Amino acid sequence: MTKKNYDREETLKLGFAGNVVEKKVKLADDQAKPWDLDTKFQYAGKHIPRFDGLAKASGRAKYSYDMNFPGMLHARIVRANIPNGKITDIDVSGAEAIPGVKATMLLKKVGDRVRFDGEGVAAVCATNLEIAEDAMRAVVVTYEKMAHAVIVDDASKDGAPIVDKGDTNKSPESVNINPREVSEDEINKRFAAADAKVEATYRTQVQTHSALETHGGVAKWDKDSSGNPTLTVWASTQGSFSVLDGLCGNLKLDRSQVEVICEYMGGGFGAKFGADQPTLVAANLAKKAGAPVKCMLNRKEEHLAGGNRPDSIHHVRAGATDGKIVVFDVTNYGTGGYTGGAGARNIMIYDMGASRKVEYAVKTNCGPATAMRAPGHPQGSFVLEQVVDELAEKLNMDPIEFRLKNDRYPMRKAQYEKAMELIDWSRRNKKGGEGALAGTGPKKRGLGVGASTWGQNGNRDGTAMAVIINADGGVEVRNGCQDIGTGTRTIIGICAAEALGCPLENMKVRLGHTRDPYGPASGGSVTAPTVTAAAKDAGHAAKLAFLDKISKKLSVDAAKLDISLGKVFVKDDPAKSWNWHDACKLLGVETVEVTKERSDNFRANFSGQVGGVQIAEVEVDTETGVVRVIKVVAVHDAGLVIDRLTFESQILGGVIQGMSFALFENRVMDRKSGKMLNNNLESYKIPGSLDMPEIVTVAFDISNGHNSAGVAGLGEPTVIPTAGAIANAIANATGVRVRSLPMTPDKVLAALAAKGGSR
Amino acid sequence: MTDSPANDEREDLQNAFSRRRFLQTLGAAAAVSAAPAIANANAKTSEAEKITIPPATPLGEVKNFGPGEVDVKLKINGIVRTLRIEPRVTLLDALRDRLDMTGAKKVCDRGGCGACTIIMNGNLMYSCMLLAVECQGAEIETIEGIAPEGEFSTVSSAFAKCDALQCGFCTPGFVMTITHHLRNEKNPTMESVKQSCRGNLCRCGTYNRIFDAALLAATGGAGLPNTTEKK
Ligand code: FES
Ligand code: FES
Repeated sequence: MTKKNYDREETLKLGFAGNVVEKKVKLADDQAKPWDLDTKFQYAGKHIPRFDGLAKASGRAKYSYDMNFPGMLHARIVRANIPNGKITDIDVSGAEAIPGVKATMLLKKVGDRVRFDGEGVAAVCATNLEIAEDAMRAVVVTYEKMAHAVIVDDASKDGAPIVDKGDTNKSPESVNINPREVSEDEINKRFAAADAKVEATYRTQVQTHSALETHGGVAKWDKDSSGNPTLTVWASTQGSFSVLDGLCGNLKLDRSQVEVICEYMGGGFGAKFGADQPTLVAANLAKKAGAPVKCMLNRKEEHLAGGNRPDSIHHVRAGATDGKIVVFDVTNYGTGGYTGGAGARNIMIYDMGASRKVEYAVKTNCGPATAMRAPGHPQGSFVLEQVVDELAEKLNMDPIEFRLKNDRYPMRKAQYEKAMELIDWSRRNKKGGEGALAGTGPKKRGLGVGASTWGQNGNRDGTAMAVIINADGGVEVRNGCQDIGTGTRTIIGICAAEALGCPLENMKVRLGHTRDPYGPASGGSVTAPTVTAAAKDAGHAAKLAFLDKISKKLSVDAAKLDISLGKVFVKDDPAKSWNWHDACKLLGVETVEVTKERSDNFRANFSGQVGGVQIAEVEVDTETGVVRVIKVVAVHDAGLVIDRLTFESQILGGVIQGMSFALFENRVMDRKSGKMLNNNLESYKIPGSLDMPEIVTVAFDISNGHNSAGVAGLGEPTVIPTAGAIANAIANATGVRVRSLPMTPDKVLAALAAKGGSR
Repeated sequence: MTDSPANDEREDLQNAFSRRRFLQTLGAAAAVSAAPAIANANAKTSEAEKITIPPATPLGEVKNFGPGEVDVKLKINGIVRTLRIEPRVTLLDALRDRLDMTGAKKVCDRGGCGACTIIMNGNLMYSCMLLAVECQGAEIETIEGIAPEGEFSTVSSAFAKCDALQCGFCTPGFVMTITHHLRNEKNPTMESVKQSCRGNLCRCGTYNRIFDAALLAATGGAGLPNTTEKK
């Protein structure tokens, strides 16, 4: 590659109305000016229905779970039915004797340990699912059972059964003090001297991702023209390329031999990275049986082995003086299952004065935790937002006024103002449980607030887009990444069309084929800021290539041509123009094909964080303990809004999942048997239509200048503040705090009873 | 003990609900006959909650199916298809695995989520809770049948327009539920729409926009969803 010249300088107008700054960025010669507040958009920022909306709403979109091939076999995984033990025998002969069973494989050997009820031991495949289930039941596994511990309290006791290896279930403590020069002594002193103090324990539960499409995929082997084996896998994944890498490693194949396809996937929320067990089972059994194999988990398996968000037990001491938080001292531990790992995040939004955070994880005989939408944050936020509220209350300050005094980000200030206006914050009970909003009846209403942050601006990391312009006017953008339901396909198309200047209806986007250029795995809200900038850069490169080609046919210097609003025109004589279709016809038998790597992020930018504010209104029935969320106002920014419709949908989804975390979800483990008791979707509660509050979303526009598109990640920050906001609203309605998730009626009633009397 | 059925009656009851009994019985009648008893228990909860109760059909002649594969004729979207399957195959698996009609999704496989929703004889049903053999003779309508190839139903279009979907895996089930509701409810309201889809779950969190889409489809009118602050 030739070395690029970055001498061009442009000044960008960044920020938002009332808070605009100018920053200079250096650009390569062939780079278009990054989008900023001055950019006039044709499409970006409007409500644009997603490109694949009709395919999904008509049932025609084919998900990995939907792939069928002639002769395809169905696989099932045999799973441990004990929580802890050693395998003494695995006998698959009974399964193999069943007519229709085509292959079996072992996932464990005799002597191996199983560490949770539901751990995979063997796999079978057969001509149909019913026979595969017969075969699964016919596999006989015997175990030497060992004592187990499935909850933190049991696993952290002295002499507790060892969950996996070593002589303790506890991971070493991590201690983080901020700022670093503060001594532990100083932390204690600050707490002792604070005007207002909170000292309390908060608990959050284990939550499973419960994506509606389970983990797994379909594998199909073929041969290339020289007779070498090739493998195609349709995977339900958030990381098509990480699945590709996993398959290549597992099956000792070159990248050229394998393709992973994920055009549609039914939700991941962090649990679907890499080649997971069912996908590897499908690929291995397909090879063994010589036929395509589908291996998808069922709902029970998904709960047991598909990942989860660790729980947490937070012991907190916090203090504030003169309206400022001066100390935040927290010890937190939880369980991420047998693999451990259970951190929580709660020191990023407010200035905490001095903080000390002691954390460790406790292993339990449960399925492994995986990343889940804003890992560590919703649980940390539930604690933080209540602590902050309690401090404000003790200082006799309005909780938002108090937050603003401890928050240095300008956009959040504007977002608080917007949210207060939309919910009418003046209605809030000045004292918890007392006021016009709380009323005098058994059903009491209250308002509560929570804030969120994130800071994801994407990265270069080899992401590239291919743009193909055809003589019939059609434009296709290709990238190998996946759309997990966030609208990735749509925002790529909008950005590419915006940069190229073609009509949006001519734009098609092909995602999820790993033979197309590399794209990111969808985690950490990295996808949108990565791919939108890439699509803008590639759209611009395609425009230059296209103009170069047709300029010869038009006998006009390419540098004098431009494209806008679906028209090619001569810059200094705009009357001279060709509509998009006529211009494309000039290509004749040619096409324009450009593959362009994404540009780097810029250093000159507006804010390192994105912000968000949510205010919830709840109604608590003090006789039954039932909490109903009446309304949530959610204001979020994530840089430039590309598609307002999908942006708002992300907020809606975050609020609803946050509410679900707050009030409904809970993985219930039976301590005695070591089994999950609610491994389905009727007793593992997620909210339904009748639980829905009114949700008002505000997509708060910011031009951030972090990358050429100015887009930041949004998926995760939207789920963070909801549980804390609801908890604070409950306290405002009733005057009592519920410090444990989910905030179910029993806990609400217990808190009311502890205060004395239910009214 | 006056409230409890006599021993022999109780045995009969148990028989009527056992899985084996299901395998032995005919058509859809057995499945729906159990429903009224359950639904009636809740019937007086609220006037507003209109529960559609499939008409009770008395148990007719008992017919044996299986073991082993049997010929099953299913009338799906107006076309009769013959399958050779075991009697234990659910309607959902027959649709998805045998007929490659994958619009109905398998999510919980036990009547807990609505992703597999279809319309049978005018009633909204979970296809994972029906055995294909029971559905012979019934009019089965799946999402593949609500609009001709290359076209989209009003409900599907409204879903796309309102962004009433994210990952889209729950969407076909919701589309069937809303389609059924709008066919049967002359004056759909926000409340009636919410009630209609209480048997469907969405994990991504699209409910509010589904309500908007349903009301938009009901009017056939234009306009953006009302859960958003308009720009
Ligand atoms: S799959 Fe049928 S109700 Fe869930
Ligand atoms: S859109 Fe993903 S589950 Fe509903």
